[in-house]
Amino acid sequence: MPATLDYILHLADNALILGQRNAEWCGHGPVLEQDIAISNISLDLIGQARSFYQYAAEIKGGDATEDTLAYLRHEREFRNILLVEQPKGDWAYTTLRQFFFSTFQLLLFQRLITHPDERIAAIAEKSIKEVNYHVRWSSEWVVRLGDGTEESRARLQQAVDDSWPFVNELFQVENFEIESAVQVNELQKVWTEKIQACFTEAGMEIPETAGARSGGKKGIHSEHLGYILAEMQYLQRSYPGCEW
Amino acid sequence: MNTSIRRFFYGDIPGQESAGTPVPQGPKNDWPLWEVFIRSKQGLDHKHVGSLHAADAQMAIENARDVYTRRQEGISIWVVKSQNIHASRPEEAGELYDPAADKIYRHPTFYDLPDAISHM
Repeated sequence: MPATLDYILHLADNALILGQRNAEWCGHGPVLEQDIAISNISLDLIGQARSFYQYAAEIKGGDATEDTLAYLRHEREFRNILLVEQPKGDWAYTTLRQFFFSTFQLLLFQRLITHPDERIAAIAEKSIKEVNYHVRWSSEWVVRLGDGTEESRARLQQAVDDSWPFVNELFQVENFEIESAVQVNELQKVWTEKIQACFTEAGMEIPETAGARSGGKKGIHSEHLGYILAEMQYLQRSYPGCEW
Repeated sequence: MNTSIRRFFYGDIPGQESAGTPVPQGPKNDWPLWEVFIRSKQGLDHKHVGSLHAADAQMAIENARDVYTRRQEGISIWVVKSQNIHASRPEEAGELYDPAADKIYRHPTFYDLPDAISHM
C-alpha cells in the first residue's frame, strides 16, 4: 500500500523545520569547524525534505510542487512534531535535540527501508548514512558536554529539562501513521535504551516524568512555528514564483 | 662575510609561526591545531589540504570530513597534531636545496626511449 499524503508530509516537515532551525547557526557556530558541521546537517535534512516533498507533490497532483508544499502551506497544515520547531537555544540544546531526533529518525528509517511503498523505502535507504553520522556527531557532543566542565554540564542539564516534555510526541501514533508499515510507539523502548547508553557515558540521567507536550502532528503547533514559516515563506509569498 | 638569503619553500613558515612551535593557548582557543591530509581516490597519496581546530583526534577527523570532503574530495582522512610536524628551517634553504641545482645527472633524462613507450 502506498504511503498517504499526510504521512509523507509529516516526514518531510520534520526534516525541513529542523533543517531550517539548524541553519540559524550558519555563521554563528561556536567555532568554524562546528559551524560547517551543523550547516552540513542542516543541508542533509533539507535534502531529505526535498525528496519527500517531491513525492508528496506527485501524489497531490495538480499544481503542487516541492516548493508550493514547503512555501505555501499554512501553519496548521504542517505535520511536524513540536520538538523540531523549538528555538535553537544554545549549543547544548541544539546538539541534544539533534541527538534525540536523529536517534529516532535512524530507528524509523531502518524500518522504512522495508516499507511496501518503494519510494519511501528508497528515500529512507538513501538518507540512512547521513542519519548515522548525525547520531554519531550529536551523541559525541552530548558526552563531551555532559562529561565536560561545570558550565557545560549545567547547560546540558537545562537542555534535557527543556526538551524532554516534547519527546513523548515522537512515539504517539497519529491517524495517518496507523496504516503505515511502521508503528512509532514500538520504537520508544529501544530509543530510550540508546539515549540511556549515551547518558550513562555523559553522566546524565533521563528524567522520570514523561513529556506531555504534543499536537504538532495534528497541525496544532507551539508559538514558534509561525515565526519560522514567516521568515522561510516571506519571499515566496511576497514575490510568488520568484527565483534566483 | 656571511650573507644569508631567505627563501621560503612550500611547507616552511617563517619565524614564530613555524609548525612545531607550540601554539599559545588562551581561554578562547584551547583546542589544538591539526593538519589534515586527504586521499582523493584509491592508489593515490594522501595530500595536505589544510588545518583545523579540534579537541581530540576523533573530532579532528569528523571536522575534516565536514570541512574538507563536502564536495566528494576524498575517501580517506589522516589528521596529525600540528605540533608534531617539524619543518625545515628557511634559513638553511641554501645548504639544503641549492647543492642539487647543478646535478642534472640525477634526472633520468639521458636514456633513449623506444617510441612505443608512452607516458614516461
